[in-house]
Amino acid sequence: MGTPSVLWNVAKKCFTVGLVSLTVSDRFASIVSVRGGSMSPTFNPKTNTLFGSLSDDYVLVEKFCLQKYKFSHGDVVVFSSPYDHKEKHVKRIIGLPGDWVGTHYDVVKVPEGHCWVEGDNSASSMDSRSFGPVPLGLVNGRVVHILWPPHRVGSVERKAPQQRVSSS
Amino acid sequence: MGGWSSFISVVRAFCLLHVTNNYLGTAVFLQTYGPSMLPTLNISGNLLLAERISTLTGKLRPGDVVILRSPESPRKIVCKRLIGMEGDQVTYVVDPMNSDRCQTVVVPKGHVWVEGDNIYASKDSRNFGAVPYGLLKGRVFWTVLPRKDFGSLAPKPK
Repeated sequence: MGTPSVLWNVAKKCFTVGLVSLTVSDRFASIVSVRGGSMSPTFNPKTNTLFGSLSDDYVLVEKFCLQKYKFSHGDVVVFSSPYDHKEKHVKRIIGLPGDWVGTHYDVVKVPEGHCWVEGDNSASSMDSRSFGPVPLGLVNGRVVHILWPPHRVGSVERKAPQQRVSSS
Repeated sequence: MGGWSSFISVVRAFCLLHVTNNYLGTAVFLQTYGPSMLPTLNISGNLLLAERISTLTGKLRPGDVVILRSPESPRKIVCKRLIGMEGDQVTYVVDPMNSDRCQTVVVPKGHVWVEGDNIYASKDSRNFGAVPYGLLKGRVFWTVLPRKDFGSLAPKPK
């Protein structure tokens, strides 16, 4: 009887909700799960391969930083991998454009428009020490808050290792 | 009640605009500060239509004109021509104003090689290297303004 129009209304509501949530997650903030132990102990302090997906951290990523692409030392950011644009990584910004960053073998100057990222767990982290400085245009958002698990809910602090970076 | 439903329509229209702009296509006004894409693009600015579907699905091919975030300043969008995809061997003239010296590179995984059509006055992959695919933001397929250039873009000049 009225079923086609009810279905149509439901479809319209779903479409609107989808549109609005996509816009909000692109422009304001989104929720992302962090996999792997490269940012331990900040995220996923115990990567247990058996229960991996049960204990993944969920974090809040804000997108307002993409208006001006202005970041600070110690910001944790989400960015697309330079080797595969479909993969996203979460790492901490160690160096900004113009900084000199010390690696094991030599000192690198971070070029204009790029940043140097490293995972908090240096022992097992694929970051700028392997793929070099990352263009800021690949950054997708800044991690501000941990939302899960409940006993570690809290804001994500900026922590910059001062000894290895010299700003210009 | 009327105020609420018109608020919802405004929000819905804004979100529809955002999703279309980011996932389907966009009108891009390009003020080309340098003549890097002459003669394909006009020196005093063009109104172009760019679509995002090719970029998102990975269906770009060498010869396409693309817009991308500049690796040197992320707030700037530049327009260049796609020359090589990952794995391709690209031979390019390093400094056409001063010499004929050529160099060949293999485009690394996940990157693309872009050059302006006017290599004498273009800052492109010859200066800042291969560009990660994630920086590409759309494929330009139509010129709206200037009126004399209305239509699809010319292929790479030989």
